[in-house]
Amino acid sequence: MTTASSPLPAPIANDIFAWTARDRRRRLTNRLATGLCLAMCALTALSLGAILAFVVGNGLLGLDRQFFTMEATGYNQGGALAAIAGSLQIVPLATIIAAPLGILAGVYLSEQKDGRLASILRVATETMVGLPSVVIGIFVFTVLVLPFKQYSAAAGAAALAIIMVPIIARSTEEILLLVPGSVREAALALGIPVWRTTLSVVLRTALAGILTAVMLAVARAAGETAPLILTAIGNQALNVGNLTAPMDSLPTFIYFNSGQPDDLLVAQAWGASLVLLLFVLIVNIAVRGRSVGRRAV
Amino acid sequence: MLRASPKDGAGAGTTRAPDRIFRWLTAGVALLVIGLLGAVAVQLVLGSAPAFNHFGAGFVTGQTWDPSKAVFGALPFIAGTLVTSLLAMLLAIPIGILTAVFLSEMAPRWLAIPLTFTVDLIAAIPSVIVGLWGLGVLSVVLRDQLETPITDGLGGLPFVGGDATGSDLLAASLVLALMVTPTIVAITREVFATVPQSHREAMLGLGGTRWEAIRRVVLPAARSGIIGASILALGRAMGETMAVTMTIGNADQVPSGLFEPAQTIASKIATSWNEASQAVEQQALIGLGLVLMVLSVIMVLTTRVMIRGRAFGRRTEAA
Repeated sequence: MTTASSPLPAPIANDIFAWTARDRRRRLTNRLATGLCLAMCALTALSLGAILAFVVGNGLLGLDRQFFTMEATGYNQGGALAAIAGSLQIVPLATIIAAPLGILAGVYLSEQKDGRLASILRVATETMVGLPSVVIGIFVFTVLVLPFKQYSAAAGAAALAIIMVPIIARSTEEILLLVPGSVREAALALGIPVWRTTLSVVLRTALAGILTAVMLAVARAAGETAPLILTAIGNQALNVGNLTAPMDSLPTFIYFNSGQPDDLLVAQAWGASLVLLLFVLIVNIAVRGRSVGRRAV
Repeated sequence: MLRASPKDGAGAGTTRAPDRIFRWLTAGVALLVIGLLGAVAVQLVLGSAPAFNHFGAGFVTGQTWDPSKAVFGALPFIAGTLVTSLLAMLLAIPIGILTAVFLSEMAPRWLAIPLTFTVDLIAAIPSVIVGLWGLGVLSVVLRDQLETPITDGLGGLPFVGGDATGSDLLAASLVLALMVTPTIVAITREVFATVPQSHREAMLGLGGTRWEAIRRVVLPAARSGIIGASILALGRAMGETMAVTMTIGNADQVPSGLFEPAQTIASKIATSWNEASQAVEQQALIGLGLVLMVLSVIMVLTTRVMIRGRAFGRRTEAA
């Protein structure tokens, strides 16, 4: 955007336009406003730096061999093995449940754009995206924990899946709308049935975008804490494969350790934060970096 | 499957059996997702019904939450939620709008792109990590640099109150403000982008400064979108759980000062859930969840009305 001040060099401009006090005031206001907006933007951007600096600085102190190889055994000892292994099980399990459901719901939204059910689904996914994750945790607790009287990894994965489905559905719809109608029509004109057109042509064309959407949902789910506290609860011991037992995860590990009166456990909370943050940021940067030019402006 | 008989007209493809099955499959998934939302509502209502039946409106207005006496009043948490999220909005709305103005209207492209990216990344940080930062860094700074000098020097100021612990309403509100600012920035930028360039140029052509074009043209045109963004962010702030739980000090009282520890609805659920030993306390906590759900649904639907799908939705799940 061009600046509103005169394009002429300052001395000439001053000869032609007599700068009134009012003009000067307006110019000053413009500069002050620009400075204020710049300052607020810097403040916002710097808050990321402030968090990043401490997570990296404190986190590196908490990462050692013990962190990656030992279970949590109590004060002043142990590591985050159970939490890492837990996150590596719960999150993929949630993804396996959520991805097909989310993608199919997105397909429905994009194919039945203005249908009544699609409109209801659109409002429903919007509402679910806005629902506090702790509410999802309560729901899964009442359905999968209370009846079995047992906190479990399966319940944790279900809670994360419910959080992921609407996110994936909404982004899938958006991405499918970007597939040109001509691609779809070309396939249909060749006599390919609608379902095959959708699966092999439309979805295939949008595959990269859909994977992106799923990865963003995975990154979001990997950091979710509240629903896991209410469902998978956490477990000091390593749990591999037993989905009906409590299981630890990085977020719950960070939460429970952060409040402990023990330097090692707090340091490990920072270490776990570093591991989790690296994963989340790498996914986000890899996935959004490509499209960032398009989004900005 | 690939044959097309002359009888196949425009809509004929949809009558083929596999097509019908696929349609039913996607429609089934759609119903499942809608049903899931309904199930959440039903389970929360059923799960908390005993508590609401027993305490009635007193559940929302009662000031005491004491499981040992089986008295459950949610007012301290409702008050904590409202105060922290409103304070957060007081900071986040102006900062978010001005940040968006800078990014969309002022910054050159080479600066706007990386800065926008940075702001978006803030929204991606898991809240438990923001909470750990709030607990380990922000609270300590607040306690030592701000609260201790104030309470020592000027003790007894109105609205301040409380001991200098650093884990209080102020810390939770600051952390919330940090977390919802990217949401406001992202949606506000989208709304700015829908204001036609020619409108700005008209103002500039009349001799207006850039700020005057923003102030008199862009901001008024984007007003309903900005309000929508703010309401959505308010909903986010009310539902935020971990970062608040870790910074607010967790005291079951109606807060009376900025330096008082308190508890929000979400933080009360997170801290008390695993310790709730009796069914009645659990039902009361589910009741808190229901209150939270009602609040957030109201916020989402209000936002929807304010923005009417224009810029809403595309970025809201990521931001």
